Amino acid sequence: MLIKVQHEDFELSLVSDYFKQCGTEIGAVVTFTGLVRDFQHQPDDKERVEALTLEHYPGMTESVLTQLAEDAKSRWTLNEVVIIHRVGTLYPGDNIVLVATASAHRQDAFNGCQFIMDSLKTTAPFWKKEQTSHGARWVDAKQSDQSEVDKWLTQSAKEC
Amino acid sequence: MINVLFFAKYREQLNTDSLQLDADFSSVESLIDVLKTKGDTWQQVFSQSGLMVAVNQQMAKLNSALKDGDEVAFFPPVTGG
Repeated sequence: MLIKVQHEDFELSLVSDYFKQCGTEIGAVVTFTGLVRDFQHQPDDKERVEALTLEHYPGMTESVLTQLAEDAKSRWTLNEVVIIHRVGTLYPGDNIVLVATASAHRQDAFNGCQFIMDSLKTTAPFWKKEQTSHGARWVDAKQSDQSEVDKWLTQSAKEC
Repeated sequence: MINVLFFAKYREQLNTDSLQLDADFSSVESLIDVLKTKGDTWQQVFSQSGLMVAVNQQMAKLNSALKDGDEVAFFPPVTGG
C-alpha cells in the first residue's frame, strides 16, 4: 500500500513502477487522476478559477486514506492500492489526486478505485480554496458527492 | 488540558488555528458551549449545521466523550479530491 500527502507533483508512471514490484498475480490496474479544472460555476458566472489552495489535517488525513484503502481491500480482492493527494497551491491543469488499484480481475479494480475516490471526497480532511478573478472563496461541499458515497453504503447493507 | 484545532474556513473566521483549554469537558457539546461564549463569531461558527468534529484524529459526534489530553478538531465539510 502506498499512501502519500505531498506538495510535489506525481507522474502516472509511478503506478506501474510500484505495481510491478508487487508480483505477477496482478491482472488489472485501474487509475483515477483528479485535476484542477478551470471551470465557471454557472453559465453566467464570469469568475474564473486562477488557482486552488488545498489545506489538510496532517496526521488525520493519512490515517483516513489508509483506512479507505483497508476498507476497499476488505470489500474487494485487491492486491495493492496507491493513493496520492497533493496539498498547497495548484493551478488549472495540475494533478490533485491519484487513486490506483491492482487486482487479479478488472471488476474488483474498477469498484475498489471508485469506492476509494467517492469516499475520499466526503471523509478525507482536505479543503479547497479557490482564487478567482473576483477574489478567494472556500469551496462548498456538494450534496452529489454525498449521494455517490451513500450508494456504496446502501450496497454494503445489501451484501450483508 | 484539551488541545483544540480549527481548519479551513473556521480557522479564518476565528482568526486562530488552535487553542489550549485547561478546563475539563465531559463531551464535545460541552466544549462547544464554552467556545460559543467567546464572542459573536464563535457563536456563529459553532451554530453552523455542517460543523464536523474529530477527536484524536477520528471522526466524532457532538455527544462524544472527552478526556484530559484529547485533541479536538473542528472543520467544515471536506472538499478534497
